[in-house]
Amino acid sequence: MSQRMILSAGLRRSLAATTLVVLVVIYVPLALVLVNSFNADNTFGWPPESLTLRWWKLAWHSQGARDALWTSIQVALAATAIALVLGTLAAMGLRRTRFFGRNVVSLLIILPIALPGIVTGLAFQNGFRTILGIQLSLWTIVIAHATFCIVTVFNNVQARFQRLGGSLEQASMDLGAGRWTTFRLVTFPMLRSALLAGALLSFGLSFDEIVVTTFTASSHDQTLPIWIFQNLFRPNQAPVVNVVAAVLVVASAVPIYLAQRLSGSTAEGLTGAR
Amino acid sequence: MLWLGVAYLGALAALLITSLWTQDDFTGTIQRAWTLENFRTLFTVEVYRTITVRTIAIAALVTVVDVVLAFPIALYMAKVASPRLQRLLVIAVLMPLWASYLVKAYAWRGMLSADGPIAWIASPFGLGTPGYGLVATTITLAYLWLPYMILPVYAGLERVPDSLFEASADLGGGAWTTIRRVVVPMAFPAIVAGSIFTFSLSMGDYIAVKIVGGTGQLLGNVVYDNSSTANNLPFAAAVATVPIVVMLGYLAAARRTGALENL
Repeated sequence: MSQRMILSAGLRRSLAATTLVVLVVIYVPLALVLVNSFNADNTFGWPPESLTLRWWKLAWHSQGARDALWTSIQVALAATAIALVLGTLAAMGLRRTRFFGRNVVSLLIILPIALPGIVTGLAFQNGFRTILGIQLSLWTIVIAHATFCIVTVFNNVQARFQRLGGSLEQASMDLGAGRWTTFRLVTFPMLRSALLAGALLSFGLSFDEIVVTTFTASSHDQTLPIWIFQNLFRPNQAPVVNVVAAVLVVASAVPIYLAQRLSGSTAEGLTGAR
Repeated sequence: MLWLGVAYLGALAALLITSLWTQDDFTGTIQRAWTLENFRTLFTVEVYRTITVRTIAIAALVTVVDVVLAFPIALYMAKVASPRLQRLLVIAVLMPLWASYLVKAYAWRGMLSADGPIAWIASPFGLGTPGYGLVATTITLAYLWLPYMILPVYAGLERVPDSLFEASADLGGGAWTTIRRVVVPMAFPAIVAGSIFTFSLSMGDYIAVKIVGGTGQLLGNVVYDNSSTANNLPFAAAVATVPIVVMLGYLAAARRTGALENL
């Protein structure tokens, strides 16, 4: 424990206090959403005068919310599948060209993360509608989502490659295994947990995305975030929206739990992107 | 790679080209004639200049607030907490990252509403909620992007060797001197890396602004309104080049601090 004593006691106490305050500020608004989903007052006056399960029943039967949830799951699955294949291929391809064009590539990887979503979204809408003349549909959402999902998969896979090097695969090739056999028996098992983390992150990103989605969705394709946003300002829908929000707060524990089970370290791979 | 190169850069390039086109006011169709008209409007009309300055100011303010909040918690996580507590804290910070963006913005709408918890706590002191406006936008954006600042700064601080703290103390540096002259300079690239997220995400936001921002619009709202409601895609494209240019400048500056390796 001695190495933990590098800061003075007073400073450690004030850091601990600040940490506590920040954590409270982080969690109080989320807790409010949970409590308000039981708040009997449909304008959510605080403190709640009485509690009810009515809104949860109402939300359970809301067809709009159910449809939107299903759309979101479809989009997220498709975008994740595309990102897994292309992101892995990109990382594998880049392994061989170590020096050539590396700076260009790293900039290319950073851009979709660093540029605001509204720029990406508008660029895609413009590309689809004005330049290519394609009608917006579920597929245009999937293509746009896949673009930033590729980045996350690529980052995860590339980090794994850098850590493990290529000697195992060389050994496999030396022992007479072909390219495909090597991939199937050596490379893929090596990447498995990185791919799972990348897939989890991609799914989460796509599921939650609203800005790019707004720009690339046609008017009758509603993902869950779009449904929430459209119903947010309708007073009679507010309690249902609040229940959906509460469900999403609780559901956010699932990927964290999965990631813990998966790698034992949450920090790796799950922090690199929005 | 090809996908990113073609699909993404292609779309960006097309966006820039579109910003140089114009729109027929009567038919609403896009005319492919080269003009700088959109940019002239953008730079000369007072309201767009105000909104541009306001957006950059809010993005900067959000970044500063996040640095001030993130640094102590990251330092505590990296250098004070026991390994077990460290793990728990990482989870505690990551968890809200997975909670939906919309839900978090919505949560602040509830917090700040006229009969919400903040008004309830503040009213005995004769104060009220700041209501929906620029203050609410700043609070909400700072809240939304805080984990994006905490995590890189935490990772950066973890890499600062403990021996440096001891060396500084041995040389007579007090706690504050050590933090100011040793820790902050070493964590600086990580802080810049985090600020890329907080700044960029704030620059482009329009959803949170719509939820809690009242009438105080940001650049993102101008882009959105022009591309959807007004259906003036060329002008929206021209407005969208502002965050692109600002972010490229920001990235170029960040590159010199070595922050990009921290992403």
